[in-house]
Amino acid sequence: MPSLNINGQDHLVDVDPDTPLLWVLRDVLGLNATKFGCGIAQCGACTVHMDGRAVRACNLPVGLIGAGRISTLEGLDPADPVAKAVQAAWVALDVVQCGYCQPGQVMAAIALLRAVPHPTDEQIDSAMSANLCRCGTYMRIRAAIHHAAGALA
Amino acid sequence: MTTPTPRQPLHQSPRQLPGRTPLQSPASRRQLMGAGGGLLLATFWPAPRGGRAQGEPRPEPGMLAGPARGVFAPNAYIRIATDNRITLILPNVEMGQGIYTASVMLIAEELGIDMAQVDIEAAPPGAGAEITGGSTSVMTEWLPLRQAGAAARSMLVQAAATRWRTRAEDCTTRSAMLIHVPTGRTLPFGAVAAQAATLPVPQKPALKDPATYTLLGHSQHRMDSALKVEGRAVFGMDIQVEGQKTGTVAACPVEGGTLADMNRAAALAVRGVRAVLVNPSNTAVCVVADHYWAAHKGLRALRLQWHPGPNAHVNTQTLYEQLHEGLHGPAIVASAKGDASAIIAHASATHTATHTATHTATYQQPLLAHAPMEPINCTAHVRPDGCDVWTGTQVADRAQATAAELTGLPKDRVAVHCQYIGGGFGRRLEHEYVTQCVEFARQVPYPLKIIWSREEDLTRDRYRPAYVDQMTAALDDRGFITALTHRIVGPAVVARWDPPELTKDGYDEDLSVATLVTPYTYPAYRLEFARREAPGIVTAWWRGVGGTRGLFVVEGFIDELAHRAGADPVAYRRAMLAQNPRALAVLDKAAQAAGWGTPLPPGRARGVAVQFAFGSYMASIAEVEMPEPDAVMIHRVTAVVDCGRVLNPDQVVSQIEGGLIFGFSAALYNEITLEGGRVQQNNFNTWRVMRMNETPRKIDVLLMPSTEDPGGIGEVGTAAAAPVLANAMAAAQGRRYRTLPLLSARNGANGTEQG
Repeated sequence: MPSLNINGQDHLVDVDPDTPLLWVLRDVLGLNATKFGCGIAQCGACTVHMDGRAVRACNLPVGLIGAGRISTLEGLDPADPVAKAVQAAWVALDVVQCGYCQPGQVMAAIALLRAVPHPTDEQIDSAMSANLCRCGTYMRIRAAIHHAAGALA
Repeated sequence: MTTPTPRQPLHQSPRQLPGRTPLQSPASRRQLMGAGGGLLLATFWPAPRGGRAQGEPRPEPGMLAGPARGVFAPNAYIRIATDNRITLILPNVEMGQGIYTASVMLIAEELGIDMAQVDIEAAPPGAGAEITGGSTSVMTEWLPLRQAGAAARSMLVQAAATRWRTRAEDCTTRSAMLIHVPTGRTLPFGAVAAQAATLPVPQKPALKDPATYTLLGHSQHRMDSALKVEGRAVFGMDIQVEGQKTGTVAACPVEGGTLADMNRAAALAVRGVRAVLVNPSNTAVCVVADHYWAAHKGLRALRLQWHPGPNAHVNTQTLYEQLHEGLHGPAIVASAKGDASAIIAHASATHTATHTATHTATYQQPLLAHAPMEPINCTAHVRPDGCDVWTGTQVADRAQATAAELTGLPKDRVAVHCQYIGGGFGRRLEHEYVTQCVEFARQVPYPLKIIWSREEDLTRDRYRPAYVDQMTAALDDRGFITALTHRIVGPAVVARWDPPELTKDGYDEDLSVATLVTPYTYPAYRLEFARREAPGIVTAWWRGVGGTRGLFVVEGFIDELAHRAGADPVAYRRAMLAQNPRALAVLDKAAQAAGWGTPLPPGRARGVAVQFAFGSYMASIAEVEMPEPDAVMIHRVTAVVDCGRVLNPDQVVSQIEGGLIFGFSAALYNEITLEGGRVQQNNFNTWRVMRMNETPRKIDVLLMPSTEDPGGIGEVGTAAAAPVLANAMAAAQGRRYRTLPLLSARNGANGTEQG
């Protein structure tokens, strides 16, 4: 029975080890912020952090996570300055439309800003191009990441 | 170690609908398409029974609340409780277009409340708009929602004036407070709500002078931003009902085929699998399990075998051949002005060695999938005494009627709980997935959530049709149109989706958008339609509907004529728009803002498109670079919009930005192809969606000030995308792009599509 560290808590989950993390989060633990979009790591709607890096939960079997520390949107520390700045920027610029991809976008942006505090447009494009948005909010995502980086300066 | 516990409480257990009589409002598609609708969808309702209990905590801003409570319920949209809690019941569904925010603005402006003071509820079937689509929400709600706010305000003011023994004229409202202006006395709305409820509802309340608006016309933040950014918005996909099981579905990959064989035992042997269900028509199978992954593994283990049925021979080539064949032979005449055909025949016969006086071009566009980010899903709980459905739908009334029919329950025992929609784009104007879910859920005692894999979502979509169009113009000696004929070949989507709206001649009026209905006028004109239904495919609406379809053809053709005349594409259009000041104004402003005519860096080119659709005007200019014939970089897009009075300016900008990108994705890359009746694109690795590194560096959206009634906006950007891009690419490459997708092999560098 895999043991997972999710949002700072250890969970024993009674699923087969080939079960992707996404479905453990959503259907076993009831953590619904992480979204299902494609199931083959093409769209990024399921982006979570493993040891601080953005990973796709939809094709990450829980049996391979081992001691990796997983955080989801629900587990963000409200006092964390990067998380706070990113979410505030998203609201300030009204990035969202349908909003379904945005939890993944926000998680990808937080991971980017932790690694690169002041990314260029090219660095943003490179980090965020794995995350699809059908509503086409990319212009605002790019602007919001700059906005958040500025607020953290 | 801790026991796994859901962070969020389970979704509210099924509840009954408050006792409302279904609204008899046959909102015709013509009204949907923007010819107005007035009070059609805004009949006054009795207060609901039941609803939320006193003392229940306030939902977070933007979170959809359960049935509203309130002693003061002057109409279908507003409930005010004695504790001053205000609930607005919103008739249209939110799928990203910002309609919840705009709807609240319309009511709040007249009522005199702050946006932050409002709880929102999605209207249940029968009490909301029958349909959210066609960019019609603001057009149809503009008047009734303001009237609803104004009527409620008038009654509250009257109640307060009576309480204060003063004249209503001396009272005003602000931030949900009644204010006696001469003395500065105040009362919260809730304090007079009970009295207000005893007063007659004014049927024609006075509306505010737009010059005094404090909300409308001023950008307001979306009500759902924080919820969505924090991952707390509840989409259909996120529904968790007590006792629910999760199923995933495979339907026969060929339309019309049926189940031949499956290994049921293998699926049931998968850990967590609870049931294998087959629908009554034997066309789809659902594996039910404790969680999605077990269901998914169970579905694979079934090793499904299908009888492909009568459509096993359908492929893309035969589809296009059938459409091209429709360019010849009989057709329905949708519109005729003068004798365009005779003028063209005469011009054609009198050409000289140096001057041909006619021009013909054939355009082709493909089947398209919707691929919203939220794959299709629905949850249903069917019981002997009732049925609950939780889903994202643009057609809640239809979903309710279908569930009632399938279960044999009266409509008032069928509740459809509308959730936030993770992308509509026309996909959720279909409700066959509700039918499917209820058919499966009837077979089990527990609530059943069905989730389609992305593969199921793409291969069992209902698709935007493929079309072939041919236009022929007779031209004067300056190259301007003296007569124009246009034949459209393709399906009539409305014939299935809303049969009474097919004209008696068999015409689908959606095809008139951006073709017959255009900013241009022609001395002679003929529009024909040769109906060809696509075999083996169910066709459906897609963002921009007729506007997206028609504008690619018409604006491409106009651009060809400008090029042929040796004229500047903006100047050529200006000359054709002399009688249309709103179109001319957006074009002039776009040309100025984009620096039309100013020198560009080497390798870059600009293209332009002008449109009138969904009640709004727009001119757009794209600046592109094509380092290779099959590669394009979009550097900049400028769009100038006249959508009448602008309600929430920043959200209009947002819809144009996003609508353009949605349209660019399809225009550049997307085409559904069929082989042996099966759709060949099945996930985002074969259905390419524009990514951030491919989006324009810059999109400038400028809004024209206007006091005209508001037009639609959700589909305006998408309609412009293909023509403005194709025209810029044509300028860059010196050849026309008449086939979508633009980077298709059929648009090869040798210009085989040249006509």
